Amino acid sequence: MSVLAIAEQRDGEFRKVTYEALSEGRRIADELGTDLAAVVLGSGVEGAAGDLGKYGADKVLVADNPALVEYLTDLYTNVVAGVIEKEAPDVVVLGASTQGKDLATRVTARLNAGLAMDCVAVKVEGGNVIATRPIYGGKVLADVALNGKPQIVAIRPNAMSIAETAKAGTVEKIEVDPGDGRLQFVEKKLETEKVELTEADVIVSGGRGMGGTDYTLVEQLADLLGGAVGASRSAVDEGWRPHSDQVGQTGKVVSPNLYIACGISGAIQHLAGMSSSKVIVAINKDPDAPIFSKADYGIVGDLFEIVPLLTEEVKKIKG
Amino acid sequence: MEIVVLLKQVPDTESMISVADDGVSIKTVDLKWVINPYDEFAVEEALQIRDADSGKVTILTVGSDKATAAIRTALAMGADEGVLINDPAIEGCDGLGIARILAAALKDIPYDLIIAGQRAVDDDNFLVGTAVAEYLGIPNISMVNKQEIADGKIKCRQTIEGGTVVLEAPLPALFTTQRGLNEPRYASLPGIMKAKKKPLATKTLADIGLDASAVADPGAKIVSMQPPPARQGGRIIEGETAQEKVTELVKLLSEEAKVV
Ligand SMILES: Cc1cc2nc3c(=O)[nH]c(=O)nc-3n(C[C@H](O)[C@H](O)[C@H](O)COP(=O)(O)OP(=O)(O)OC[C@H]3O[C@@H](n4cnc5c(N)ncnc54)[C@H](O)[C@@H]3O)c2cc1C
Ligand SMILES: Nc1ncnc2c1ncn2[C@@H]1O[C@H](COP(=O)(O)O)[C@@H](O)[C@H]1O
Repeated sequence: MSVLAIAEQRDGEFRKVTYEALSEGRRIADELGTDLAAVVLGSGVEGAAGDLGKYGADKVLVADNPALVEYLTDLYTNVVAGVIEKEAPDVVVLGASTQGKDLATRVTARLNAGLAMDCVAVKVEGGNVIATRPIYGGKVLADVALNGKPQIVAIRPNAMSIAETAKAGTVEKIEVDPGDGRLQFVEKKLETEKVELTEADVIVSGGRGMGGTDYTLVEQLADLLGGAVGASRSAVDEGWRPHSDQVGQTGKVVSPNLYIACGISGAIQHLAGMSSSKVIVAINKDPDAPIFSKADYGIVGDLFEIVPLLTEEVKKIKG
Repeated sequence: MEIVVLLKQVPDTESMISVADDGVSIKTVDLKWVINPYDEFAVEEALQIRDADSGKVTILTVGSDKATAAIRTALAMGADEGVLINDPAIEGCDGLGIARILAAALKDIPYDLIIAGQRAVDDDNFLVGTAVAEYLGIPNISMVNKQEIADGKIKCRQTIEGGTVVLEAPLPALFTTQRGLNEPRYASLPGIMKAKKKPLATKTLADIGLDASAVADPGAKIVSMQPPPARQGGRIIEGETAQEKVTELVKLLSEEAKVV
C-alpha cells in the first residue's frame, strides 16, 4: 500500500491546494499505515521540493525538465502516468484546480483507474476510498466508492484543512520523458494582486443591490479582511463584474471561512455555490430575502449604510 | 468544419433536489429538464464557427428518451443533426463510462472540432469532455472563454485560478466551455418548426460497436446520497440603529464565530 500526492506549482511556488492535498494524503497514508510520496513537476523546482516534508511527505519525487515549465495536459499526463506505473500507489491525491481536474481526468482515463472529482471529504473503508462530493451544485452530497488501481481523489480547494506533520521529505530527482505533445503554450496572464475566489478565506459578494459598477465598498471590506470580491450572476449579467467573479451553481462554488453577501437575494443557484461556507453573513434591505434563511448572521438594512460601518468596526478590532 | 457538441440534459438549475428512497439517486418526478447551461455555450459557439465558415454541427447525447427534447432544442437553435445513444446498460455508468460511450460513438461521426461543457450541473464531474479527448487521442483545452481557428489550428483562452492561459492545438481537438464565451441564442419559432424535420438518430451500444460489459463496472460508484448539513440560518441581528447592529455583528464574528 502507498499513497502519492501530486503537488501543483506555478512559477516555482506551490498552490495552497498542494498543502491541502499533502495533508489529506498524509491522513489517508496514516489510516492505511503506509508512506506518502509526493511528486512535483516543473522546471527548476528542486529547491522548493524539500518543503513538502513539512506537510507529511516521506519522500518527494522531482520531475525537473525544461519541457515541464508550463502545465501542458499531454506532457504532464505522460509524466504522471509514468510515475504512477513505476511507484504503483494505491491512492493518488491532488487538488481539483483547473489544472488538477484536467490532469486527474487524463491520467484516470489512460490508466483505467477510478476517480472522484472535487471531493470535500475522504475516508478509507476496507482498503477502498470513499469520497464525499457535492453534486447538483451542492444541493446533494454523494458518497462515492472507488475501485480500480490507483484510486484517484481530486480535492476541492479550500475544503480540507492543512496539517503540518514533519516527515523526512527526502528529495529524489527522477528521470522522466515528457514525450511529444500537440498543445502549444502561447501566453499566461495573472492578476497577481487579486485573491482567487476558490482559495479565499473570506469572500465579500455584491449582487444587484449594489446598483452599479462601483464596488468600492465591498472591495474595501474584502481588502481589510484579506479576502476576495464575489458577485451574483445578476451583477455579472449587468456587466458590473467580470464572469470570473460569479459565485453559484453555474459560476464558482466556494467554501470560505466567511462569506458576506451584500444586496444578494439568495436565489437557489446562488445558494448552491456558497452554502458550504463556514460562516455566512447577509446584508439585505428586504427582511424576507431568502438569503437570510441560510445566513448565520443577518442584518436587515441598506448596504450603503451597513457596509461602511462594518468596515470601520472591523478596522477597530484589527487594531 | 465538422463540429460535434457533447450535450447533456440536466434538471433545471431552479430545481429543488432531494434524495430518492433508494438513497443513491434523486427524486425525478416534477423535475423540469433543460440543456446543461455549459452545453448551451457549446452549441452557440459551434453555430458561430459553422456560420463563419461552413460545415455541420452534430449534437451527440447519451441519455434516455426524454433527452430527445434537449437535442430538438439544440436543433431549433440551428444545429444540423442529432445522435442519441440510448441503452439500458447506461444506467449506473460513471462519468468515464459515459466518456467511453461518447468516444465509441465518435468513431462513426466525422469531426474536426468537439465542444463540451466544462461540467454538467447535475453530476458536476468536470471530466467527461476531457476523458473523451483522451480516449480519442486528441488534444483538449478546458474552461475556454475565447477561441480562434486559423490554418488548421485552434487557439483558446483558458481560465485558471487568478488568470488566463492561451494555448494552441492542431485540429482535430476538443475544448470545454467557460462562462463569458458567448451568449447563447434562443430557439426561434421558425427554428423550432425546422428542427422537427432535422435528422435525429437513436442508437444502442451495439449499434456503435460497444459491448455493455465495457461500461458495466464503474470505477466510481455512488453508495449513498444525503442532503448537505442543514444550516442554522435565520438569525437576524436586532438593534436600534445601524451602528448598534454592526457593533453586535462584529462582536459575534470575532467572539462567537471567530472568523475575524
Ligand atoms: C440557468 C441559470 C443559472 C444561474 N446561475 C446562477 C449562479 O451561478 N449564480 C447566481 O448568483 N445566480 C445564478 N442565476 C440567477 C439567479 O436565479 C438570480 O437571478 C440571481 O442570483 C439574482 O441575483 P441578485 O441576488 O444579485 O439579484 P436580485 O435577486 O435582484 O436581488 C437583489 C437583492 O438586493 C437587495 N437590495 C437592493 N438594494 C439594496 C440595498 N441598498 N441594500 C441592501 N440590499 C439591497 C434586494 O432586497 C434583493 O434581495 C442563474 C439563473 C439561471 C436561470
Ligand atoms: N450523457 C452525456 N451525453 C453527452 N454529453 C455529456 C454527457 N455527460 C456529460 N457530457 C459532456 O461532458 C461535459 C462535462 O460533464 P461532467 O463531466 O459530467 O460534468 C458536459 O457539459 C457535456 O458536454
